[in-house]
Amino acid sequence: MSDVPSLVPFREKAKLLDAEAVRRALVRIAHEIVERNKGTDGLALIGICTRGAVLAKRIAEEISAIERQAIQVGALDITLYRDDLSRIAPNPIVQATEISFDITDLRLVLIDDVLFTGRTVRAALDALTDLGRPRSIQLAVLIDRGHRELPIRADYVGKNVPTSVNERVEVRLREPDGRDEVVIEERDAS
Amino acid sequence: MSDAVITKDAPATAQWTKKDLLGLRELSAEEIRLLLTTAESFREISLRPIKKVPALRGKTIVNLFFEPSTRTRTSFELAAKRLSADLINVSASTSSIAKGETILDTIKNLEAMKVDIVVIRHAVAGVPHAIARHACASVVNAGDGSHEHPTQALLDLMTIQEKKGQIQGLRVSIIGDIAHSRVARSNIWGLTKLGASVMVCGPPTLVPPQIAECGVRVSWDVREAIRDADVLMLLRIQHERQEAALVPSLREYRQRYGIDTERLKDAKPGVLIMHPGPINRGVELDSAVADGPHSVILDQVTNGLAVRMATLYHVSGAAKLEGMEP
Amino acid sequence: MSTALLIAGGVVVDPESKRETRGDLFIEAGRVVDVQPSIPARNGAQLIDASGKLILPGFVDLHVHFRQPGREDKETVESGSRASVRGGYVAVCPMPNTDPVVDNGGAVQWVREEARRIGLVDVLPIGALTKGQRGEELTNFGELFESGCVGLSDDGKPLINSLMMRRALEYSKVFDRPIIQHAEDPALSAGGCVHEGLPATVLGLKGIPRESEVVVVGRDLELAELTGGWLHVAHVSCARSVELIRQAKRRGVRVTCEVTPHHLALTDDAITGFNTDAKVNPPLRTDQDRRALIEGLQDGTIDCIATDHAPHTNWEKDGDFDSAPFGIAGLETALGVIATTLVAPGLLSWRQVAEKMSTNPARIAGLDAFGPSVGREANLTLIDPHASWTVEPARFLSKARRSPFAGHTLTGKVVTVIRQGQVVTP
Repeated sequence: MSDVPSLVPFREKAKLLDAEAVRRALVRIAHEIVERNKGTDGLALIGICTRGAVLAKRIAEEISAIERQAIQVGALDITLYRDDLSRIAPNPIVQATEISFDITDLRLVLIDDVLFTGRTVRAALDALTDLGRPRSIQLAVLIDRGHRELPIRADYVGKNVPTSVNERVEVRLREPDGRDEVVIEERDAS
Repeated sequence: MSDAVITKDAPATAQWTKKDLLGLRELSAEEIRLLLTTAESFREISLRPIKKVPALRGKTIVNLFFEPSTRTRTSFELAAKRLSADLINVSASTSSIAKGETILDTIKNLEAMKVDIVVIRHAVAGVPHAIARHACASVVNAGDGSHEHPTQALLDLMTIQEKKGQIQGLRVSIIGDIAHSRVARSNIWGLTKLGASVMVCGPPTLVPPQIAECGVRVSWDVREAIRDADVLMLLRIQHERQEAALVPSLREYRQRYGIDTERLKDAKPGVLIMHPGPINRGVELDSAVADGPHSVILDQVTNGLAVRMATLYHVSGAAKLEGMEP
Repeated sequence: MSTALLIAGGVVVDPESKRETRGDLFIEAGRVVDVQPSIPARNGAQLIDASGKLILPGFVDLHVHFRQPGREDKETVESGSRASVRGGYVAVCPMPNTDPVVDNGGAVQWVREEARRIGLVDVLPIGALTKGQRGEELTNFGELFESGCVGLSDDGKPLINSLMMRRALEYSKVFDRPIIQHAEDPALSAGGCVHEGLPATVLGLKGIPRESEVVVVGRDLELAELTGGWLHVAHVSCARSVELIRQAKRRGVRVTCEVTPHHLALTDDAITGFNTDAKVNPPLRTDQDRRALIEGLQDGTIDCIATDHAPHTNWEKDGDFDSAPFGIAGLETALGVIATTLVAPGLLSWRQVAEKMSTNPARIAGLDAFGPSVGREANLTLIDPHASWTVEPARFLSKARRSPFAGHTLTGKVVTVIRQGQVVTP
């Protein structure tokens, strides 16, 4: 999930991925998912709102093209499971969770845009546990920027990007933002 | 913005920063839409096998009901529990108020036990405001006298939006004892703010004199209220009104203002029948209408739960603002 | 201590001599001895510098509530006296709706003794009209007047029985003192807590229609005309009442009446947000009523301004709107409100203020004329007409610490009160 926007001004430092690079990364991840799971039987993708859900849809389309078979996709809002709800105010907007199938006994691939501290994924795991009992949960992220605070690791990574805590990784996608790109920003000291 | 958001009207962009929900009159259209959007997200939770999310875990909520109410009280209780909050019910007859303690003293005692949210229903207008002025806890108005019942109006708006797609431009008729109705007032504010055209209808003794200055059309003829209406919102007529010489009898009220299948023939084909409950079957509406295809009364109840979850979620969020470092 | 006082440099406002000019006053043995454009300082005479100030006759309030005996937590004769001085008053008339009710000579004497002991303001009690103010039996008018009452009233409540009111007016003629009526029809006002208008509709509160007052005023005027008795209508609040009184005066009916500063300054919008500080009986009404009350003052229909000072404890006013008691504690804001609302925009002159707040109420109370005039008892109120101040109820001398004017900035302040030739310190 993209970092929570802050009031401190950031400015763009470098572009990590352009639209083509994003596309190739998603195609590769789609192939890896199919390979490791030996097909799409009993497999479903769950994207973490907001951009994770967009990526999940794209990866699902890619997988459908590869295997010539549709794969189930859902969108998960983790706002109500955040561990920092008592510390932020006002309460953040809650999006809707849309998972139209029973996740029990499925192998799920959780999908998000950026893996950072790991707390978002922890919240997602809690939310999924309340929705059912999947057989297993794997994790796919477009960007892994390090600085884990919990014992969480991704099974599929688009790109590993070492960052400092003063930096921010912004994933922009065509559907919500108008273009595909990943940039790294740093705090504007000026 | 994620394509998971459902609202048909303009999406909400406001943030909720008020520690209390006392009425709809002081809310902006944006704030109302924010509550409705959040409520739609919460509606889904009640369809899960585990109908619980940890959002309000560790929060303490008190239902302080000075008027009897099963429906609203249960709705708030379920809302609190589905958000993982702890809830206790205090009713007037068992509370210390029966022994002469003032409402403010009762609230101060509850605050001394670090209560986070007080949901209050009282027969007297303005009690939630008096409490909110003095309490640090969040105050949610579950109905104060004839003044406001904001969560009822919100669930009514949510239901209309769900069935009709939008509020803007709809014609809504509120029929009944407008003068004593907090549901009517809250709905007038909510509907007009979101762009509906509202008509109030009832006998002259039950329609307050200056109500036309509140942006609504007024009629004493139920046929006028039914014609061209997209929504008919029926209010409960109480027996006390007959005793106070405000209507000659409930029988006369039914003849002149009751909605039956015969009267509905003049309504638009897709008209919605709504009622805040409890229904006086055979008075303000017939059983056939209450249980008929136009009735969305049970949807109102479902949405009531979602709306109350959204309310508790947002007021507790705003309450943190007070304790935050700038 | 010297009994001579020289007030120099002020502007004398004297309705009696119709004077409104720069003048020095020399006071000796409690009386005004000389009034001249300039009086030289004299040995042994205390000098008061009144430059920039107005010198008016001392204010008289025909309608206050001092709550003692019975509710000393709300106010006592002492705290009420202090508040009166702060407000510029030299004489006040407390209403008898205490607990027990002042409906007998002994109770009247107690109030007067207490006031004399405190010694800050002349207290001229109003006695009850009926025993216990129950509306059933007339009190012993003679006993009450002889003990020192200047009028009779069941204020707080109306005397609603028409026959009783007729008898009261008839019987009172012997004493040549007013019967003061709180005009309200309980059947029409029952359960109401604000004016029956748009704010009441929006807030879902039960209203009190003007007609509750008007039907009683109308009836009482007929009875006053029938009997020839002296009717005084308390706290007039609406245009229609003013009109009825105006017509009755034209016909020669013996009627006087009063209006409060809050009815002249505020409307029912003041209750927005369930503001109990603006909850009062009769309620604040519309701007149309307010302007009619001002016109009534201007053309003499309304004889005087009386505060209906009604103090309550904070915890009672903190309650919800319905259960909060009616009442505004207006002694300490009266002059400021009148100056800001009426004098500053040119609706009333300072001479008219003196008439309405001193000369007329003094006459109604049966007091000998007093003021800044040679030969008169030196009861004076010195005002700074330009002083700007913010109303802070927390600093009231009254036990009441609430006001609908809290936080308002007023222009016009009482600076000194002189009673019987002595400066009074509250």
